[in-house]
Amino acid sequence: MLAGLRVHPVFKLVVQRIALGLLLLVAVSAIIFLGVEALPGDTAQAILGQSATPQALANLRAEMGLDQPPLARYVDWLGGIMTGDLGTSLSNKTDIAKAIGQRLGNTLFLAFWAAIISVPLAVLLGLVAARYNGRWPDKIISGVTLSTISLPEFVVGYLVLYFLAVKWQLFPSVAMVFPGMGMMERLNAVILPVIVLVLVVLAHMMRMTRAAILNVMQSAYIETAELKGLSPMQVIWRHAFPNAIAPVVNVVMLNLAYLVVGVVVVEVVFVYPGMGQYLVDHVTKRDLPVVQAVGLIFAAVYIGLNIMADVISILANPRLRHPK
Amino acid sequence: MSDQLDRFVAAAKAGKMTRRDFVGRTTAMGLSLGLASALYTKAANAQAKKGGLLRAGMQGGESTNSLDPALAASEVPFMINMTWGDMLVDVGPTGEIEYRIAEEISANSDATEWKFKIRQGVEFHNGKTVTAEDVVATMRRHTDEKSQSGALGIVQGITEMSAEGDMVTMKLASGSADFPYLMADYHLIIQPNGGIDNPTEGVGAGPYKVVVHEPGVRHGFEKFANHWNPDIGHADQVEILVINDGTARAAALQSGQVHMINRVDPKIADLLGRVPGVSVNAVAGRGHYVFIMHCDKAPFDNSDLRMALKLGINRQEMVDKILGGLGSRGNDFPINSAYPLFDDTIPQRDYDAAMAAEYYKKSGHDGSPIVLQVAAGAFPGAVEAAQLFQQSAQAAGIPLELKREPDDGYWSNVWNVAPFCASYWGGRPVQDQMYSTAYLSTAEWNDTKFKNAKFDDLLVAARAELDGAKRKGMYSEMAHILRDEGGLILPMFNDFVEGVRSEVAGWEADPNGELMNGRALARCWLA
Repeated sequence: MLAGLRVHPVFKLVVQRIALGLLLLVAVSAIIFLGVEALPGDTAQAILGQSATPQALANLRAEMGLDQPPLARYVDWLGGIMTGDLGTSLSNKTDIAKAIGQRLGNTLFLAFWAAIISVPLAVLLGLVAARYNGRWPDKIISGVTLSTISLPEFVVGYLVLYFLAVKWQLFPSVAMVFPGMGMMERLNAVILPVIVLVLVVLAHMMRMTRAAILNVMQSAYIETAELKGLSPMQVIWRHAFPNAIAPVVNVVMLNLAYLVVGVVVVEVVFVYPGMGQYLVDHVTKRDLPVVQAVGLIFAAVYIGLNIMADVISILANPRLRHPK
Repeated sequence: MSDQLDRFVAAAKAGKMTRRDFVGRTTAMGLSLGLASALYTKAANAQAKKGGLLRAGMQGGESTNSLDPALAASEVPFMINMTWGDMLVDVGPTGEIEYRIAEEISANSDATEWKFKIRQGVEFHNGKTVTAEDVVATMRRHTDEKSQSGALGIVQGITEMSAEGDMVTMKLASGSADFPYLMADYHLIIQPNGGIDNPTEGVGAGPYKVVVHEPGVRHGFEKFANHWNPDIGHADQVEILVINDGTARAAALQSGQVHMINRVDPKIADLLGRVPGVSVNAVAGRGHYVFIMHCDKAPFDNSDLRMALKLGINRQEMVDKILGGLGSRGNDFPINSAYPLFDDTIPQRDYDAAMAAEYYKKSGHDGSPIVLQVAAGAFPGAVEAAQLFQQSAQAAGIPLELKREPDDGYWSNVWNVAPFCASYWGGRPVQDQMYSTAYLSTAEWNDTKFKNAKFDDLLVAARAELDGAKRKGMYSEMAHILRDEGGLILPMFNDFVEGVRSEVAGWEADPNGELMNGRALARCWLA
């Protein structure tokens, strides 16, 4: 029945990518589970810490089902995920989905504002740098962004903290957000971490934009465009940039993924209640269900954004968009 | 006499007299310790301003924390417990018992049966009245192994408890003169029906009610209007922000986002103290950093080798370099002047390379490296301290070798397992509890595997001894035994180093625990 239906090849490609992504996700879940299993130490011991007595330990282990074989626990866990049940946290017995929901929301909020500022800014700076290739605007843009990416995040964080929060007292040093906070309050709270994240991710995207455009600028059709009298910025914007989108999108997506999954250091410095700190706390407590759930979410974010990058590159490429 | 007392009270009211001074002067006039301290509290709080939002920024909170008071094990849960809960009694800053839910305590002659009279008209946050039955139910819950209570070891000795009218009676397996001090443990918060129905509900009878509980982020409280004691709970709202990063914590204090912080890094204490509007307080406490040897494992089963290592550590250098001077030298037994009945005549042991070398030679050790296992998380500056130890031991010809362990799993894989490692203790309110926890032959946490029959006998005898002078003598003898024969190398007692903003009033040094033994939010006010 479907045979007669002409499926657009791009659609087929996208479906293929998504299916592959899901398969990858299952593989990742197995790896996460194995990795967590391989951690040294013992959950019960980690929860009770130095104050563990043997009786308390034995009670806790039995209660958490740690006496079950690993395979049974994996199957059980995967089954739960399929039905949307992430389980309960071992250490404080709260519903993981609920706790993660709030943290994930916070993380996405921070990532969103960092992305909304950094992506257009990076592309714009990249275009300008390419336009004035080798001249002073290019040198300044590259110099500044490369130095902010070369400093470790926490150093950038502390510098920003010192000047903007402690010395001049412009913004709050503690970027704590919580439910029931107004939008403006929230934005005011996250200004410093957003600044740091923008500084950290800017260079990568900017350099990629610049490189991709310079690469395209070598082509013969650019020369044609120049010869027909277009201004340099028009040449870049109308003719070079569309052809440089594919590599830029890939780097943008990588950085977006980083903004979601890799900002634990920034979270710690600004006391931001995001996913990173949540994960680290639960790793130290050997809270396996939480670690697995967070790991899986991070993997899903990475895979999802990469699929998106692929699809956008495909759509940006006329040869793929209009197949023969 | 009463003129003089009035003068002292006036001085205390004006904030011109410390608690220690006041208690010292007034007890000399014949006042009892408890009464003197209570009088001071009342006087000092007379000027308290009510209202406002008081905030603490603290290290030691995780997103895994729960509101079950039995499970509190780190600094933030400790502070949370002390903010919303009341125990039967508190231990005051000068080491005396302060009555809370209990208003009278009496014991039989051999200290095996204790009676606590429950204060009338104390209300829980849910509106119920605190009864003797609630107290018994609370103790029952903590005695139950399933509750995983951190106070299990403390309440285990209770063999029988009963409630009758407003009186709670507890019978102990063996006499304990310190029993009221044990009831001040921060896990033993009195809850309606003992918190059995819902352990994580967070309902108690303390000065503040829990309103926000976001583990690892922030904890918000609101003043409990019906709290029985008007002398505490000045701010309308109090809040704990979890700020685990030291730099972020200091920045939050400097920028005024929080009014007080715990755990100021000794390295920056001096700098932070010079910031306008901020003061850094170092409070001598009972916590200490240690290197522990298993007395039953080679080569540490040789007492001469143990002595060589004790003499081969430079205590003053450690206090200066690891604690930045904010602490005091240890003397290889876990008691200092912050404890009642401390004998200050025991000579201080110091670094002596020549003597250490002599003992090392006498021990006949074969010269193979002595391995000390250490992790950065064993205590702040543990690795650096171990390196200093290695240097000073080397100067005495003792071949100390360091083995770095990961923080992860240190408390389960190394501490109490490895024969020689770094560790720390937070201290306990009384000597008996400290010794019973870690130096009694049969103790679960006897992390030096120290087994000495005479020491054990003394410990048990001192426990039931109600004569203070005799007891002090016994503790002194025990200190000597442990200092000379034990496996404990105790180079330093660390101070609690805390940052407080100038708008905070009512601050007081309390050796029992950090941030005024967890009561800073309940006892301070915004001036």
